[in-house]
Amino acid sequence: MTWQGFSSTGIRFENIEKRYGSLYALRRVTLEIGAGECVAFAGRNGSGKTTLLRIAARLVRPSAGSISFSGSTGNDRRDDGGGVNPPLQADAPMGFVAHATMVYDELTAEENLLLFAKLQGIAEPAARAASLLDEVGLLDRRNSLVRTFSRGMRQRVAIARALLNEPCVLLLDEPATGLDPEGINWLEKTLRHTREAGRTILMSVHGESEISALATRAVRLDAGSVVADTRAGANMHSILTFAGA
Amino acid sequence: MELLSNTAVLLGKELRTEFRSRELLTTTVVFVLLIFMLFSITFHPTTSESQQFGPGLLWVAFLFAASLMLQPCFLREQTNDTLSALRLSVGDPFAIFFAKLTANTFFLLLMELLMLPFFAGFFNVHILSVLPQLFLVLFLGSLGIAIPGTAFSAISAQARMRELMLPLLLLPVLTPILIATTDVTAGLLGAEPSLNFAGLGIMIGFDVVFLTALWLFGEYLLEE
Repeated sequence: MTWQGFSSTGIRFENIEKRYGSLYALRRVTLEIGAGECVAFAGRNGSGKTTLLRIAARLVRPSAGSISFSGSTGNDRRDDGGGVNPPLQADAPMGFVAHATMVYDELTAEENLLLFAKLQGIAEPAARAASLLDEVGLLDRRNSLVRTFSRGMRQRVAIARALLNEPCVLLLDEPATGLDPEGINWLEKTLRHTREAGRTILMSVHGESEISALATRAVRLDAGSVVADTRAGANMHSILTFAGA
Repeated sequence: MELLSNTAVLLGKELRTEFRSRELLTTTVVFVLLIFMLFSITFHPTTSESQQFGPGLLWVAFLFAASLMLQPCFLREQTNDTLSALRLSVGDPFAIFFAKLTANTFFLLLMELLMLPFFAGFFNVHILSVLPQLFLVLFLGSLGIAIPGTAFSAISAQARMRELMLPLLLLPVLTPILIATTDVTAGLLGAEPSLNFAGLGIMIGFDVVFLTALWLFGEYLLEE
């Protein structure tokens, strides 16, 4: 499924600021992410990667600045800081994998996927859930409670949940967390397929890995500001590995 | 339509998780039973004494049980950041509140109905003749506690002193409905049972006002 109007969704962050009291999580971040780009965000802990991804997911309202999606801009409602508040319900399907798994421990893997599939209005939710559970290798554990899963298995359910609506924009906050080599392999293949389908991927990474190798662009954040941004291979290596940081 | 279908799906999730763990019902039932037992053993009330202070005791017990029940309502969504997943998935954020407040009202009502025979037994109060009217009062009272309770649970879940925050915010707001509810209950449990329509009107008004406020402003309570 590719959403007709948003088969190629780009994202524009314009002078995005996020303040928590006097603490700046992001400082005037301006980035133009092209449709179909796979961007890896690197940076130390607390550099603003997660906040930027959560703003892109429209879970966090920026204190200032605006975010717009190609073909769809946020509405013009402003918060106290003057920032544009984009609508939470995206026009373009969006998938988000956060630090936390964003799934219920007290539900089974299948119940979790069915819940979110039904909420997202996906046609034939049971078939979609079963197909994704098969893809992530958890079909035989579909009726097990998520709380009985290992961290890696939970992460697989989390990724499956993010892929439910076949998103045009995929936001991944350290998606390989807890995955075993087999899981990382599967994730790498899935993301490669997603990228080749022309979908936009934004992900935060720590160092170079099979996952970060998929990136067509690397951006380094430091203390909430963009300090490096490149599409060139050699420079990408230094950005991802913090060489010269 | 989307609001109702999302609410139904989320309500199903709330009921399934609670009936699987029975965490809230067990805690509140034990708590209320303990209060009834302690007061009954301490005061040995006669029927007329029970008619005097029984309604107040009944609603104090239900209020504190509700506060125990409402605390984890949004706190549970914080554990795995499932609230974010819900916000990304539903069209109207009010569906999240609507499902939670319906579930909270249902659980409260269930607990109250389970405890009512014990109240009647411990305090020699006759409830059978006024059961339909009492059920109406319990429903409106529970709804009145659940609506602001669900809203304040969303606020307190994001606060630092979350355990303190909910009762601190909730109890003053609930004062009008608690007075009305206790008054109407007292009328029903009196020597000559009667339904206090003025009190009932206050309860309905309270529920409508807070439900409208939640519908209008609930979205802002979910923001990070």
